[in-house]
Amino acid sequence: MTGESIMHGRYQRQIKLKDFGEAAQNKLLHAKVIVIGAGGLGCPALQYLAAAGVGTLGIVDEDVVSLENLHRQLLYTTGDIGRPKTECARSALLALNPEVMIMTFSTRLTNQNALEILQPYDLVIDGTDNFTSRYLINDACVLLNKPLIYGSVSQYEGQLSVFNYATGKDSGVNYRDVFPRPPGEGEVMNCEEAGVLGVLPGIIGTMQANEAIKLVTGIGKPLANQLFIYHALTSQVYQVELTASENPESDIPASEEAYREFDYHWFCSSGFDPGCEIDVSRFNELVKEGNVAVIDIRTGGNNLGFKKSLPYYRIPFSALDEQNSLIGGENEVVVVCESGISSKDAVKILSEKFGPEKKIYSLHGGIREWKKYLDHETERT
Amino acid sequence: MSINVLIFGHLADITGKDSLQLRDFHDTDQLIDHLNNLFPSMKKARYACAVDQKIIRTNTQLREDSTVALLPPFSGG
Repeated sequence: MTGESIMHGRYQRQIKLKDFGEAAQNKLLHAKVIVIGAGGLGCPALQYLAAAGVGTLGIVDEDVVSLENLHRQLLYTTGDIGRPKTECARSALLALNPEVMIMTFSTRLTNQNALEILQPYDLVIDGTDNFTSRYLINDACVLLNKPLIYGSVSQYEGQLSVFNYATGKDSGVNYRDVFPRPPGEGEVMNCEEAGVLGVLPGIIGTMQANEAIKLVTGIGKPLANQLFIYHALTSQVYQVELTASENPESDIPASEEAYREFDYHWFCSSGFDPGCEIDVSRFNELVKEGNVAVIDIRTGGNNLGFKKSLPYYRIPFSALDEQNSLIGGENEVVVVCESGISSKDAVKILSEKFGPEKKIYSLHGGIREWKKYLDHETERT
Repeated sequence: MSINVLIFGHLADITGKDSLQLRDFHDTDQLIDHLNNLFPSMKKARYACAVDQKIIRTNTQLREDSTVALLPPFSGG
């Protein structure tokens, strides 16, 4: 596009701004920004960035549009319910501005795909809704040395910051400098549990777009090394100066390889993770394959009849702390009890002890359900 | 010596107030011990702490009229 057509076209009102001009607009047209989570924060960020003429916009989201999204996710319409957010966002944004390139990733960002997905972009906007994503996005941005525009909301309050962006003498602060450890399971509720005023992510997401425009164009002062907090009910803002941790105890993986191996789910769940429960049919498969150790935490009852080669430990629940060193080098471990309830607590204890080096499961429904399953299987054959 | 404490996010649900005026605390460790005794659920909570709008990581001296902010992370988006 020539300078003249830019000047008279879609972006005229911002090009006219003092300090902005065609130079800033050209930077936007060549910029690549990726937004992770096309929800309450991601929608307004995407809308304003597309409208402002950011050349390439990446969108990562695995969800479909649902009715309860619509009070705050204004890229979508009632007719979009049930359709993938990435698809709906793409068509809405292209209708708004066909000059931008939209790249979509209809997948959950994980430590397995994040480095590849984020690599081509100049900066990253975090609009996700859970701590696991927030830590893994932060760490990817540190490893890839990309600025991260953080926004998050809870009920009537929102937080905003620009991480991993060095200013003058200050090296870039990252998310872990402020929040080195995630809160415990259930301590912080998400929007689904706690509710959120629809306009609040609209405000914070729009401010994330504003930070992106400042970073790309170089005008103004980005919110680097500051945490900005906004309260929707009082309209009060509070700003805190952040400093990089001098002696970081942080767990940021040191290499891309270590990043892919870091267990973010485990790191972010000090309580029981529902992904740590397996059902009786999966348990039966594992036992048949023999690639698993079984820990039986009942205090009584007969030994379960597994083949001899299968590692089988009888460690009563009360003795788990003292006797867990009996457990050998198996990578996958299933804890069983009578009904599948105490075994969940045992998984928490053992996961704290072994960390991500072992995958520890609880048998859902316990030995009772497993025996029923075996009886049914015998009847079928 | 009077200290202002600002309490953000769900921590305000624990304390029942979004700000407290307290007296005679000389450093943040004393203050946080006091809050933990007053509101036992605070002990388990994870949050960042700022004194006079600067994030702190270690015990920090308080002055007359210091403002201490307790800032939990939010996950919502």
